[in-house]
Amino acid sequence: MAYYGGMTDSLSDLIACPKCDALHRVPDVDIGAQARCVRCGTVLMAPKDGAMTRIVMLSVTALILMVAAVFFPFLELSVQGLGRKSSVFDAVLAFSDGLMLPLSVAVAALIVVLPVFRFVALIYVFAPMALGWTPAPRAKTVFKLAESVRPWAMAEIFIIGVAVALVKVAGLAQVTLGPAFWAFVGLVIITVLKDNFMCRVTVWQTLNARSPS
Amino acid sequence: MSGDGMANAERAQPVLTARKAGLVGCAECGHVHPKGTPTCSVCGSGLASRDSASLQRVWAWLIAGMVIYIPANVYPMLRTTTFGATQESTIVGGVIDLVDHGSIGVALIVFVASVIIPVSKFIAIAYLALRVQRGKPGTSTHFHLYEFVEFIGRWSMIDVFVVAILSALVQLNFVASINPGIAAVSFALSVAFTMISANSFDPRLIWDAPEGNPV
Ligand SMILES: [Zn+2]
Ligand SMILES: [Zn+2]
Repeated sequence: MAYYGGMTDSLSDLIACPKCDALHRVPDVDIGAQARCVRCGTVLMAPKDGAMTRIVMLSVTALILMVAAVFFPFLELSVQGLGRKSSVFDAVLAFSDGLMLPLSVAVAALIVVLPVFRFVALIYVFAPMALGWTPAPRAKTVFKLAESVRPWAMAEIFIIGVAVALVKVAGLAQVTLGPAFWAFVGLVIITVLKDNFMCRVTVWQTLNARSPS
Repeated sequence: MSGDGMANAERAQPVLTARKAGLVGCAECGHVHPKGTPTCSVCGSGLASRDSASLQRVWAWLIAGMVIYIPANVYPMLRTTTFGATQESTIVGGVIDLVDHGSIGVALIVFVASVIIPVSKFIAIAYLALRVQRGKPGTSTHFHLYEFVEFIGRWSMIDVFVVAILSALVQLNFVASINPGIAAVSFALSVAFTMISANSFDPRLIWDAPEGNPV
């Protein structure tokens, strides 16, 4: 974009709201404060102190919890002396025969693969920057991909699904929650915290400022 | 909030948009470029003042989602076998079972997630798309409706996860077993298609007045 050299310099003082196109002059926002779009209220900038370090730490914690959540027993069911423990891994495999295979793949993607991808991608993008290094190669592409995957990472919805399932089998059998359930709840809380530290426009501006041209 | 730093005065009604200023704003990162710039210099996204092909994608995915929502309600979602007797239940049937067991709260959650949200989402997306096609400029109410639809749509997946968990958990041979029905697949697809439909919508179209400078 060096071709537009002079023009981009003045244009970089402006910001267009991604949701409604309203034009703003890039505001000076204090750490911890927010700038919202005057027209639609979308958060345009929300710089936070140490946000990148916190995103990296929360993502690492989330990854560890995810490993525990997937392989430890999630729920234990018992009826008349018969018991069955199942993990998230089993829930994923529940649909693995015949017609249900695509559903199995989808459930695995929504509750395990895509959340893990997001955590890894965010660590890749933010860890070098948190250390003050220049962004990793292709950091922009990876961040864009991580953002586009965001609506499809459904760990928190899965937790509500578990609650509903518990009520449904309550009459049929006795159910106990396993350690993986609590790991998963922790994972959801951390995901919400982490997403709170991220403001897309701020991230892009930082990525751009620190990238070698 | 920090109104003094803004190019637009706080309450001024005709808002200066990037398009009116002859510029193109990036829908991903907000960076502003001269008109005609093909890709964003900050994030590398393709630039378009308005994604005019977006409505076609919105309609295509919306109709696919609506069509496949029909078998999702007609065919069984769950097959429960207890002591050799098999019972099949649809989405609505599952809700009625929960009410019969006295779990009104959970029945409500499932009903809202599997019926109210999908159906109102179909209506809301179609309404917003029609408004844009007729050139009616929207207000912040319409935008918030869009934001709400985009936010809430994924929660419809609850029932699919319930089926997955039950099928994994309840496999006690003769005593009790639960297996997914074909509706689980069509319902999951319906939710996915409507999510893609909502994500395809360029929300900047909602605000546009027809007399706005064409770009
Ligand atoms: Zn806006
Ligand atoms: Zn951009």
